[in-house]
Amino acid sequence: MRCSLSLLASAMILMAPATGLAQSPKYNVGTPLSQDEIKSFDFLIGPQGQALPEGRGTAKEGAVIFAKRCEVCHGKNGESGVLRRLVLGKPGEPFRGPFKAEHRDSVAYYPYATIAWDYINRAMPVPKPGTLTHDEVYALTAFLLYRNGIIAETDVMDAQSLPKVEMPNRNGFVPEVPVYPPEKKPSWW
Amino acid sequence: MDSNGSSRRRFLKHAGGTLAGVAAGAGVGAEWASGQTAKPDAAAKDDHAFHDGPAPRGIPSRRGVRMSVDHITYYTPFQDYGGIITPARLHFVQYHASHFPEIDEKQHRLTIHGLVDRPLSFSMDELKSLPSVSRVHFLECHANSSPQIHHQGNQNMGLPVQYIHGMSSCSEWTGVPLSVLLNECGLKKEASWLVSEGADPGKFSHTLPLAKALDDVFVAYGQNGEPLRVEQGYPIRLFVPGWEAPFSVKYLRHIKVVDQPYHAWNESMNHSIPRDDIGGKSRWYHFEMGPKSVITRPSAGLTIPRRGYVQITGLAWSGGGVISKVDVSTDGGKTWKEAKLQGPVHSKAHTRFTFDWAWNGEEAVIMSRCTDEKGEVQPTREELYRHWGISEAELQKPARAIHTNMIQPWTVARDGSVHNAMFA
Repeated sequence: MRCSLSLLASAMILMAPATGLAQSPKYNVGTPLSQDEIKSFDFLIGPQGQALPEGRGTAKEGAVIFAKRCEVCHGKNGESGVLRRLVLGKPGEPFRGPFKAEHRDSVAYYPYATIAWDYINRAMPVPKPGTLTHDEVYALTAFLLYRNGIIAETDVMDAQSLPKVEMPNRNGFVPEVPVYPPEKKPSWW
Repeated sequence: MDSNGSSRRRFLKHAGGTLAGVAAGAGVGAEWASGQTAKPDAAAKDDHAFHDGPAPRGIPSRRGVRMSVDHITYYTPFQDYGGIITPARLHFVQYHASHFPEIDEKQHRLTIHGLVDRPLSFSMDELKSLPSVSRVHFLECHANSSPQIHHQGNQNMGLPVQYIHGMSSCSEWTGVPLSVLLNECGLKKEASWLVSEGADPGKFSHTLPLAKALDDVFVAYGQNGEPLRVEQGYPIRLFVPGWEAPFSVKYLRHIKVVDQPYHAWNESMNHSIPRDDIGGKSRWYHFEMGPKSVITRPSAGLTIPRRGYVQITGLAWSGGGVISKVDVSTDGGKTWKEAKLQGPVHSKAHTRFTFDWAWNGEEAVIMSRCTDEKGEVQPTREELYRHWGISEAELQKPARAIHTNMIQPWTVARDGSVHNAMFA
């Protein structure tokens, strides 16, 4: 009896700090980040446009920038480049599928238009990623969406309009969005 | 306050045990801490040359390589080594840019923000001062063993077992559990996923479910007793045991805690694949890598010197946990016999198997098949192809597919030469 009591006591002692641990930092390591600091690097854009910054652009403006900074790899209007054919379909006539593996390079394949803005902003153009202004990124995104037949040439893309763009392959993924734990088990099958 | 309270309870459920276990270790890990014995770069390089000892003798193992404008790929030479540990120098690389980033460890920081109570920035010294873990795990590209690669090899890429299956490697990785860092930040109730971003030119990014992040994920800064190599994400990478390698983001610099999957470009484009069994729609990423094994010796391009005793050996691994069994067939899959596993067998790690064979000098087809602790069995090509909805007419052709763990047969010819029996 005495033994089990002391076991119980030990268990309680072990449990107590565990509760405390989860409520506050244990090691007090790390420097707090201010909202301004976070704003300076937080460009992981969510599918509903979370964290999209101010700015605007149209396909017409994007065409000029594309010719200057993107055409060298992606070809004229993104149709014939050495790297990744960015365009399927044509203005006014979006590609409706079926989408095959070789179509994954095109903006038309993405389930959300925000993915294009996010990737162009952080990773493009290849020699100097991160050097495009937000307006330029909106304009380039508008240009590619227009060349893929998804929006009109005069449509203005900004933090409000871009997430509302209806993508032709929006319903082309299974499950509709990734689910965890996975619906089908084992997940590798 | 309420919301914080419940998030803490949830956190406790996932990670409380881990934290309790490491609480006593606060402030240790100084042997990993940089700066204390750091020397100027030039002197450190000289030192390295001196302490590395005499130049290696024999023929050093080399990775296979394939490069393009937006890709650098190195393949692990499975045919060259025994045991389970891949030397860091031979670890595979699948890198989605044209050059590796130059990162100053002293300047590099990892930030965690989003749905947390306390957004924090960690220096490398701070990360190394926290409780560390070291674990033996495989890491595998989700495109490894792709059927199409069978026909795309060239002499720069090495032997078939290397360029077909060598985008999997196994090391002892050292780092700090992500659960420790997330606890420092405090998770909000709505937190359910996170997005990580690398500092490479392509800003490789991937979504990760929070439940996995709190389970066994860690921020790695060491590999096989050394600092991470540049091509492995120096100075830090995320390490997500057992899962498709794109989750293990290299050059890790930002983690944003969010409430839904974010579909970063890499996941929507490279990491999804249209499949006929789901009406031509695209399958999102799969999380776990399935059970896989391959005979590494003898394999295509090698020669068996004489009839009689041949040791068949290879590697098996599964994202589902421990490999429980490997079977070997020397008659093209008609009959199977159990191979020996070399211990210790680690969870989510390459597992070495051996099988003693008496070769009679006749043509033979050899192959291996593994089973993991969940009872999941490595499928044949036919099983996997039918599951993917590939038609009978296409069954013999290399499909454009990712996430492949089909059984790999090798043919032994009468002259002892070994060849790839798949898509032959």
